[in-house]
Amino acid sequence: MKKGRSGRRLRILRLVDIAHARSGDKGDTANIGLIARHPKDYPLLVKQVTAARVARHFKDMIKGPVERFELPNLHALNFLLHGALDGGGTISLKTDAQGKVFSTALLRMTIEARP
Amino acid sequence: MSARPPTVRVAAGQGFWGDWLEAPQRQVTGGAIDYLMMDYLAEVTMSILQKQKSRDASLGYATDFVTQMERILPTVVERGIKVTANAGGVNPRACAAAVADVARKLGLAGKLKLGVVTGDDLLSRLDGLVARGHDLKNLDTGRPLRDVRDRVLSANAYLGAAPVVDALERGAQVVITGRVTDTGLTLGPLMHAFGWPRDAWDLIAAGTVAGHIIECGAQASGGNCLEDWEHIPDLANVGYPIVEAQPNGTFELIKHPRTGGRIDVAGVTEQLVYEMGDPREYITPDGIADFTTIELSQVGKDRVRVSGVRGKPATDKLKVSIAYFYGYKAVGTLVYAWPNALQKAQAADRVLRQRLADLGLKFDAILTEFVGATATHGALALQEIDAEAIPEVQLRMGVRAGDKKPVDRFTRELAPLILNGPPSVTGFAGGRPKPEEIVAYWPALIDRNVVEPKVEIVEA
Repeated sequence: MKKGRSGRRLRILRLVDIAHARSGDKGDTANIGLIARHPKDYPLLVKQVTAARVARHFKDMIKGPVERFELPNLHALNFLLHGALDGGGTISLKTDAQGKVFSTALLRMTIEARP
Repeated sequence: MSARPPTVRVAAGQGFWGDWLEAPQRQVTGGAIDYLMMDYLAEVTMSILQKQKSRDASLGYATDFVTQMERILPTVVERGIKVTANAGGVNPRACAAAVADVARKLGLAGKLKLGVVTGDDLLSRLDGLVARGHDLKNLDTGRPLRDVRDRVLSANAYLGAAPVVDALERGAQVVITGRVTDTGLTLGPLMHAFGWPRDAWDLIAAGTVAGHIIECGAQASGGNCLEDWEHIPDLANVGYPIVEAQPNGTFELIKHPRTGGRIDVAGVTEQLVYEMGDPREYITPDGIADFTTIELSQVGKDRVRVSGVRGKPATDKLKVSIAYFYGYKAVGTLVYAWPNALQKAQAADRVLRQRLADLGLKFDAILTEFVGATATHGALALQEIDAEAIPEVQLRMGVRAGDKKPVDRFTRELAPLILNGPPSVTGFAGGRPKPEEIVAYWPALIDRNVVEPKVEIVEA
């Protein structure tokens, strides 16, 4: 526990504890669909898992920018990670050339929440 | 006109070429279905098939499909199930001829009409199209096609559901296509069965979403599902997904009784976001689906209802999938053991890179991964583990180049490291890696009006 600006205590959560995810590819871009396990946690994802935050999280793994789209109907966010797959498809030399497990790397991210 | 059915079932039989060989048979025998859809074509598959066809004019299609048809055709004909498959690759007529042969062999002569969809293949028309100002710019890089024109191996426009509907209206029981979209193989049957007009954009979008959910087979029924994966029952006996659609575009995802796997909102949501771009604009040749309008609800065990899908008119462009020869690559591995497994693998990487540089070899890329430590999660993984405790790490190095020579030489530099590099190394039993040809993908758009789908009917 640590204290937030308002003096109230904040809880550190890992995304893997409140969300699940699946990812895939389009060329050199990996997509990650991040889904709140409970609809009540979706606003927390919207507020904290920003495109900028995700870009910082993956700074050593991707070369391009990150875009984010909201799907409130599915309690999900969709991220596009550009320049993530060493050229993608058959060109790529990566084990995860199709970005299949990029989603799990995002689930390591921690966010702060009011208990 | 015959009466419209209250519901129609479209079952997924294959999610890609190489998917479970048992799935189609289980789908046609495990319970009632109206249609079986089978998706065979990934982006690079077309170029592999084009290469086969250039060596033998009777090849160029997914041969596994013919084997599958031999197994399921008696049931398909007996039960009146219709099949849609893009197994035709770059030679749908040859694929249909092979299926017709099989049908005759099974005693089904005169009992089976095959629909053949062509018109997607633009390879022989490419120079004419470029000359008429279609520059087929790469959608990712913006480069014009002339950069790689002399190395192009295949070029196919993505056709939609329309020619599949045509074939079904003309009485085809098995529709074999070239590069028809994965979603078109599900949408086509629904448009045909319910008489959906081609400009009923919300219905088109609903059928497209249905197609998207089942086009990867069991990924919608418990396969590769992260949420609560430990409790997904009996994956050994997984039931592939089935769309049970209503004329108003609402549909439910189900699977056959007494099969394993799971169909729930969490799993269907995972599949909806798979390979997603902008969710408001899922563009297909048939129309645009808005994924932010989809409503999901669990309406029974292994039964998820999908409703509310809204769509927009199709664009005047079609996507073109072009494959071209890029060059060569090779990937080799060695395994390093504790103590200091990761440090040893990292040291070996430095030695190998030094030697490649000293030899003056030029590569477009050298990529090193440390499997068991950082290969899939990069440095993020090392923040949470005790690197000292890792029992073994696989050094995995890959190179690529336009020229074969440096790639060839690279494959000979790995084995020596066993004796002349860092210690505690093993795992070279597979021998030296083989250089592979790289066939790369060039996505582009073309004006819809220059592409003309054709439908033929063949009697078995």
